[in-house]
Amino acid sequence: MASQTLQSVPAEPSPARHEQSPEDVARRDAEGQAYFDKVMAEDSRIEPRDWMPPAYRKTLLRQISQHAHSEIIGMQPEANWISRAPSLKRKAILMAKVQDEAGHGLYLYSAAETLGQPRDAMMQDLMDGKAKYSSIFNYPARTWADMGAIGWMVDGAAIANQVPLCRASFGPYGRAMVRVCKEESFHQRQGFEILLELSNGTAEQKQMAQDAVNRWYAPALMMFGPPDDDSPNSKQSMAWNIKRFSNDELRNRFVGMMMEQVKVLGLTLPDKDIRFNEETKKWEHGPLDWDEFHEVLAGRGPCNAQRLERRRQAHDDGAWVREAAAAYAGKQLAKQSAKQKEYAA
Amino acid sequence: MSTPETAAPASADVQADPHGGHGDISVGVSGAGASGDGTASATRITPGNALRPEDIALAVSRGTAKPDEDVAELALRLGDDALILAQRLGHWISRAPELEEDVALGNIALDQLGHARSFLSYAGGLDGRSEDDLAYFRGEQEFRSVELFEQPNGDFAVTIARQFVVSYYQFELYRRLAASTDATLAGIAAKAVKEVDYHRDHSTQWVLRLALGTDESRQRMIRAFKVIWPYVDELFRDDELTGRLSAAGAAPLPSSLREDFDRLTGEVLAEAELDVPQVPAARGGGREGKHSEHLGYILAEMQVLAREHPGASW
Repeated sequence: MASQTLQSVPAEPSPARHEQSPEDVARRDAEGQAYFDKVMAEDSRIEPRDWMPPAYRKTLLRQISQHAHSEIIGMQPEANWISRAPSLKRKAILMAKVQDEAGHGLYLYSAAETLGQPRDAMMQDLMDGKAKYSSIFNYPARTWADMGAIGWMVDGAAIANQVPLCRASFGPYGRAMVRVCKEESFHQRQGFEILLELSNGTAEQKQMAQDAVNRWYAPALMMFGPPDDDSPNSKQSMAWNIKRFSNDELRNRFVGMMMEQVKVLGLTLPDKDIRFNEETKKWEHGPLDWDEFHEVLAGRGPCNAQRLERRRQAHDDGAWVREAAAAYAGKQLAKQSAKQKEYAA
Repeated sequence: MSTPETAAPASADVQADPHGGHGDISVGVSGAGASGDGTASATRITPGNALRPEDIALAVSRGTAKPDEDVAELALRLGDDALILAQRLGHWISRAPELEEDVALGNIALDQLGHARSFLSYAGGLDGRSEDDLAYFRGEQEFRSVELFEQPNGDFAVTIARQFVVSYYQFELYRRLAASTDATLAGIAAKAVKEVDYHRDHSTQWVLRLALGTDESRQRMIRAFKVIWPYVDELFRDDELTGRLSAAGAAPLPSSLREDFDRLTGEVLAEAELDVPQVPAARGGGREGKHSEHLGYILAEMQVLAREHPGASW
């Protein structure tokens, strides 16, 4: 539990902030900050109704909504293979997986909404190109083996990133991540299983698996974000107990796990420089093309335009459906209140 | 024909993931033996004692469940209907009007795919073909789906109109099939009917919302029912096969479902202030392998990868 002496200060002041004297506002902010600092020191949790520094709110909103957008855009490369999955069992698993991603998007948008931003507005920012999502989803899923590589490497990297987020200082985010991580772990296993099956299959299947691993390796490693000396926001996020480990630390740990698992697969990673450094007790990997990372991030990846257009198209095609649902709900509500008035009279 | 005891899964088979440890990035395997083991299948993790496609395949391979020729043909018909619908609905995932509908339509697609896998696994028991042999290596004329299931998704209203008809039809069918003298058919239907009941609820809610929402949605809903209704009659046509199955107590006559279907859909349409569309019925013929023009495209896409690698395992 957080402080016994300091009290949480409600996020929404009463009376409203602009009706209070500057002295009252300042005192309130100071009390809120004191409680917040205490929560951080105790590694406890901030909840949506607690006062929080505006920058903390902004950082979380950006991070959680980006995470939600990544889930939604991330559905596309895999949805691309649902209709062509080569067995009915694989089709069922893939459908369930892509559906899980829609579910993750839903929890994450809900967590972000507790910070004061409605889902519609976040979606709009995504479609307007104002909000980012994980760059990895701007690469194409060319073959069936990509379903394996995405599950094993991309979801694997996501888990390595997200398991520490289960302890994030913002309650709704941490709790959403617990469920997300459980499902991601399952996703990673199914990806591994796809690759294992291909690797033990025909020569063509094994080649397909190796090709997919080769293509997804570097983008997966870059999912952890830029190197520590080029990651300006990391330090503050770590001070706020949102981020627990640095980008490079997580990336190195991930490389080590991939190295173990790739042996079981009977495949190789396309990086001759991977080694375990006995002195630092850390895994190391070869150089990554950060220019490509920044290019894709800036919108110049293979599928950026396609992914956003598909999202816009689905949103536009569904506009009349959402309007109908809202109109129907409004009419039902009006009917109910008319009935209640009738009873009252 | 099988007995309920042999078709039902042994309770020891119904184990959750034996590896445990979710939330880490271990792949839960020691050595290369993760695959090829029936218990490693992700789709086996189903709560309760529900009958799963893998259980049916196992019972068929052990010879404890074997359909006769008529039952196998019926299982093929129903399996094909569900498979083609799952293929259609799967297209909505990542394209639905709301995230909640990506999830809902995905769920319905998964349910249908599960029913398809069960029926096809059982149908294959006649001559030793697997669900995948039947799904991926039959040509158009060998499929037994009716035209309704092959109809394109259209806009959301067309998908909902198709879903509405399908779910009320399947509910009446599976409800009766659950009492089949064939224990495996009965087992599949008993599981399916519970799921299809939710599909009825989903489509009913949307018919009401769209019909009574805005002017545009109402016009689209009216049009959608006109698009779909020509394919309703084919669902309820009897033929020699259904005559024999009905006489044996293995399956209801399709025509016997019509009265309840009309009454229950009629109640919803009345609440939605819609009329039953007065449109001529299409001739149909899917049960004899005479399909709509759509089926060829559906199969071309569905089968392409499997056929590029005949004999491969996935």
